[in-house]
Amino acid sequence: MKLWNLLIIGAGPAGLNAAIAAAEEGLKVKVIDEFTKVGGRLLGQLHQESKDNWWNGIEVANRLHEQAVHLGVKIECGVSVYDLEQAEFGWKAYTSQGMEKTDKLLLATGATEVPTPIPGWTIPGVMSIGAAQVMGNVHRVKPGNTCVIIGANVLSIAIANELKLCGVNVKEIIIPQANANLSDNGTPEKVMESFMRLTHMAPTILLRQAGKFATFIHPSFAVKFYPKNGIKLFDIPIKIKTAATEILGESKVTGVKTVNVRPNGEIIPNTEKITKADFVCIAGGLAPLSELAALSGCVFKYVRELGGHVPIHSERMETNVENLFVAGNITGVENAKIAMAQGTVAGLTIASEINGNKLQMESLIEKAVAAVRKERDEALIQFQPNIAEARDLIYQEFELEDRNMERPKRSIS
Amino acid sequence: MTMRVDNHPVLGKQTDRKQVTIYFNGKPYEAYEGDTVASAMLAQGIYALRQHEVSGKERGIYCNIGHCYECRVKLEKRKVVRACITPIYNGMEIGSLTGFDERGE
Repeated sequence: MKLWNLLIIGAGPAGLNAAIAAAEEGLKVKVIDEFTKVGGRLLGQLHQESKDNWWNGIEVANRLHEQAVHLGVKIECGVSVYDLEQAEFGWKAYTSQGMEKTDKLLLATGATEVPTPIPGWTIPGVMSIGAAQVMGNVHRVKPGNTCVIIGANVLSIAIANELKLCGVNVKEIIIPQANANLSDNGTPEKVMESFMRLTHMAPTILLRQAGKFATFIHPSFAVKFYPKNGIKLFDIPIKIKTAATEILGESKVTGVKTVNVRPNGEIIPNTEKITKADFVCIAGGLAPLSELAALSGCVFKYVRELGGHVPIHSERMETNVENLFVAGNITGVENAKIAMAQGTVAGLTIASEINGNKLQMESLIEKAVAAVRKERDEALIQFQPNIAEARDLIYQEFELEDRNMERPKRSIS
Repeated sequence: MTMRVDNHPVLGKQTDRKQVTIYFNGKPYEAYEGDTVASAMLAQGIYALRQHEVSGKERGIYCNIGHCYECRVKLEKRKVVRACITPIYNGMEIGSLTGFDERGE
C-alpha cells in the first residue's frame, strides 16, 4: 500500500489549498471527502461581494480542484473516515474504501450546522438552512415553492436570498421560541445584538446600518424600535420579534405556528398565527466539526467566538498530537477565504517538516500566516466578535500545552 | 411540476444531463446523472424517505451533507446508505427503512 506524505480529510477550501501548497513543495498528497463532489461548503456559496462581483463558490471550487489535480494530488470523493490510529511512520486512516497510510495527517473537516430542536422539526420538509442551500445551488433542485426560515443570522439571510434566486418564495425569517437551550437565538435582544456586532463592511445596508448604530445605541434600545412586521432585506421580511412555537404537518410540512415575543423572548399572549409553507429551514449557526480530532487525542478548548469546541493548535496549524494538523473551520468558524489561507499555512508547515527545510521555508510560512491575519481583518462578515483575540488565546494555549504535555504513546503496528 | 432549477439567474443554465430511471419502494422515478438519491427524490416531490423505527413517523433529509444520518435508506435490499451523499445510477433500487427488523443486514 502506498505511503502518502500527506493525507487530507476534507476537500473544502482549507483542504484543497493545503493540498496545493504541499504538492507544490513536492509532497505526495491525497485528499478524501465523503460528499459526492469536490469543494465542501464552497459549493453552496453564492453571494454578491460588490456591485458587479459575485462570490461563486462552485467556480472557486472548480479552480482549486483543477489546480490540485494538475499538481498530481489524488482526490477521492464518497469516502468516509471512521477511525484514525497513530503508527510508527505517522498515521493510519480507516475509511469506507480501506486503510490509508500517511506520514502527516491534516484534518480539514469544516463545520457542521447546530440543530435547533423545536416541536415538529422531524417532519419531512424541515431541513437545515445549509441543506436547502446545497439542494438549490449544488443539485439545482428547489426544496419547495414556499418557505419559512427559523433563525435570524448572517448565514440565514444570505441563504434566504440564494433560495429566492432559485425561485423559492421565502415568506419570512423568524426566530425560534426561547427556551433553556436556545437562550440567545430565541431572544430578540440577543439577535439584535448579534446583528449590531457586524462590521461596517457587512454585505447589506441593513447590517451596515446596524453596525453603525452599535457605536452609540444599545441593542436593548434598538430592539424596542424594531418593527413587529420586520425589516425587509432582499424583499424578505426579517422578523426578530416573531418566534416559531411549532412546525405543523404530518408526513409533510404544512406551515409554522408563530407568536409575537417581547425583547427578552417572553411570549405576548393572543398573538398566535400560522404561516403556511411547504418547507421550513432551521438556521442554528455553525460549529467546528471535530470528531476526528477528538478521536486522535487532541486537547480541546471551548471558545464561544470560534463556534464551539476546537482542537488546540498553533498559528502554523500544528496540534499537540504528533504529525497531526488542522485547518479551516475545524479550528473555528470563519469564511472560506480565511479557510483557504489557513490551508496554505498548513500545507507549507507540513512540507517543511517532510522536506526538513524549515529554515528555508520560514519566510514563506511567515507570509502565509500574515495572509490569514489579513483575510481576517478584511472579512466582510464576522461570524462572532473578537475572533482574532480568541485565536491568539488558542495559540498561547498551544505553547503552554506543548511544554507541559507528555507525548502520547504510539501504537506499534 | 418540476422542482428543477434549470435556469438560474447567476449560475446559468443547467447543461444537458443524462436521464436515468431509479426505483424507490418499487416505483420507477426519473433522475439525472449527478443527482444524489435525496436530490432525485426531492425533485419528484418525495420528502419522506423512511419511517422512524419506533414511532413509525415519516422522516426525510435534514442536513443534506452526510452529518445527521436522518436520510438513511436501503440500497439494493442489502446495504444502508445516506441518501444525501449517495450518487444515483440507472436501475438503482432504493427502499425505505421501516423498523429494526428491516435493516437489510
